[in-house]
Amino acid sequence: MEENRVSAGSAGDCRCGGLPGDSRLFMSPDVNAAREFFRNKSRRMTSKLTTAREAVARLVQDGDYLAVGGFGVDRIPTILLHEVVRQGRKQLGLSGHTATHDCQILAAGNCFDRCDVAYVVGLEARGLSRNARRIFESGRVAVTEWSNGALAWRYRAAAMGVPFLPARVMFGTDTARRSAAREITCPFTGIRLAALPALFPDVALIHVHRADVYGNCQIDGILVSDVDVARAAKRVIVSAERIIANEEIRREPARTMIPYFCVDAVVEAPYGGYPGNTAYEYFSDEDHLQAWLKAEEDPTAFAEFLRYYILETPDFPAYIERCGGLRRLQELRWMEHFPGRGGDLP
Amino acid sequence: MTAGDRSYGAMELMICLAARYLEDGSTVVVGTGAPCAAAMLAQRTAAPNLMVLFEAGGMGPLLPSMPISVGDSRTFFKGLAAASMPEIMEACQRGMVDYTFLGGAQIDMYGNLNSTCIGDWEKPRVRMPGSGGANDLASLCWRTMMIAPQDPRRFVAKLDFMTTPGYLTGPGARERAGLPPGTGPYKVITQLAVFGFHPDTLRMQVESMHPGVTRDMIMAATGFEPGWAHEVKVSRPPEPSELEILRDEVDPLRYIIGRS
Repeated sequence: MEENRVSAGSAGDCRCGGLPGDSRLFMSPDVNAAREFFRNKSRRMTSKLTTAREAVARLVQDGDYLAVGGFGVDRIPTILLHEVVRQGRKQLGLSGHTATHDCQILAAGNCFDRCDVAYVVGLEARGLSRNARRIFESGRVAVTEWSNGALAWRYRAAAMGVPFLPARVMFGTDTARRSAAREITCPFTGIRLAALPALFPDVALIHVHRADVYGNCQIDGILVSDVDVARAAKRVIVSAERIIANEEIRREPARTMIPYFCVDAVVEAPYGGYPGNTAYEYFSDEDHLQAWLKAEEDPTAFAEFLRYYILETPDFPAYIERCGGLRRLQELRWMEHFPGRGGDLP
Repeated sequence: MTAGDRSYGAMELMICLAARYLEDGSTVVVGTGAPCAAAMLAQRTAAPNLMVLFEAGGMGPLLPSMPISVGDSRTFFKGLAAASMPEIMEACQRGMVDYTFLGGAQIDMYGNLNSTCIGDWEKPRVRMPGSGGANDLASLCWRTMMIAPQDPRRFVAKLDFMTTPGYLTGPGARERAGLPPGTGPYKVITQLAVFGFHPDTLRMQVESMHPGVTRDMIMAATGFEPGWAHEVKVSRPPEPSELEILRDEVDPLRYIIGRS
C-alpha cells in the first residue's frame, strides 16, 4: 500500500476535473521495481501443469492483490476462485474490473479487504448480490473508484512497462474524486489528461480455451482485458478447458494470446468456467446463478449453500456433479451452439 | 402509466422511440436489455447498417437472441470481430463511436448519472456496482442516450454520487473539466416522455410526451423542474411493423418487453 502523493498536475487552478482523486492507490506503479521482479521470473520452458489446489496453495498468499480474467461471468476461472475460497485466503486486494460472479464468489469467502472498483456487487441484468453488497456496505472493504476502461488501461500500462497511461475519462465526476488517478497536461497539445497508474497485480487468475503444459495459451472469442492482465501480473495461474500439445501451439503461432513466460501454473479444467459462459463451449447456467442470488437472501441458507457447493466439495468436478453433472453441461453446450430462442432445437 | 386499451406496452414504446434515433451507418455501444433491443430493432428497420459494439469486445454480431451479459458469446455471434475492452474503449476515445446507451439509479437535470451508491459514499446505505463502462462511454462517445423508468426517486435534483458525466454543472463544464469537446447527453427516454437538452442551458427538457401523458404527470414524476421545448410534441406510437419485429424477432421470449 504505497501512497507517495506529490503535488497535483500542472493543468492550472481549475479543480473541476476532480483530479487528483483522494482514495488509496493500493498497488505501486513503480516500473523499475516491476522490472526487477520480472528480471528474476523464470523463462524456462518447463511443464507447469498442476492442480488447482496446488497452484492456489503455492501462488496465492493472504494479502496478495488479485486480478481475475474474463468478464465477470464470461470465461472466468471459477475452478480457481472456488479454490481460493476453499483454502480460506484472507485480506486479498481485488481488482473489481467487470467483476460479477467472480466478485460474488470471493465475497462469499470474505476473501478481500480492499478493492479497486469499476464494477462489483452486481450481476448485470440478473440483479445485485446481497452478500457482496453487505460486505461493501459494512465498511470493512477499502474502496477506490475507477471505470472499466480506466482499469483496462491500468493493466495496459503495466503490460507496457510504463508507470501510467493518459486517458480522457472520469473527468468532472465523483468517480474521479474517489479514484487515485491524477491529472497531467499534454506536453504537445496542452489538453488535460487523466494519468492512470500502472496496475501490477500480485496474481492473475485466467481461464482460457487451450494451453500447452508450458503455459502458451489460446483464447477463442473476445479477449476482454486478459492479454494485458496476463502481462501485468507478477504471477499467473491459467485454467484451461483443454491441454494441447506444444506442436498445436506452433502450428498456429498467431493464435497465442498469452506466451508461456508470463505463466506460473497451468491447470487442466474442463468446464472450469462453469456456471459462467465460455464461448463456443457452454452457455452460462442461469438457473444456478439465480440459485446463488436466492440463497444470499438468507444468511443461514447461504452458509449452507456455500458449504454444500464449495467448502465441503473436494474439488471442482464434485461441484459440477452437485449442479447437475454431465446432463446439465450437455444442456449448456446445446444452448451455446444453438443460441436461437433460448436453446430450442435448431 | 398504464397501457390502457393501447396495443403496446410502455417498454415497447420506449424501445421503438430509442431505435428511431439510431442513424443508419453509425456506431453504437450498448449494454444488455432495452438498449440492445433498440439497436436490434433499428437494424431491422431504418438502420440495417448500424454497427453494434459491446464494451467487453464484441463487434458487429448477428445477434441470434438477446445477450444476457455484455461479454457473453451472443455479443460476437457471427460478428465482424471478437476484440477486447481496450479495442472498444479506444475506438470511443478516437471519436469513432456515435452513440451509447446508459442507465442508472439516479439522473439529474444535466443528465449526470449515479450507479455507485445511495447515501454517503464512505458508508453507503446501498452499494451499487459503480461505473462499469458507463463513465468511459459517456465521456468518449459523441451522443449518450438513456432509457430510464421515470419517478421522483430516480429523477433527482441532486445525485448522491456522480458516477458518470452528463453536462456536469452546465454549459462549458464538460470541456473545462477535461472531457472531449462536442460530447454529451442526447436523449432521455422514459415511460412518460422523450427529453432532450436545451441548447443554451443544457438542462433536460421535454421534447415529446407519450400519448395520454399530461404535463402534471411528468412534473409529478420528476424531482427537479423539467424544461419544456418550445413546441412539445406527442411521441409517435410504435408502428404495427415495429411491434411485429420487436415481438417476433428481437425479443420473442419477452425478456425485456415483458417487463412493462
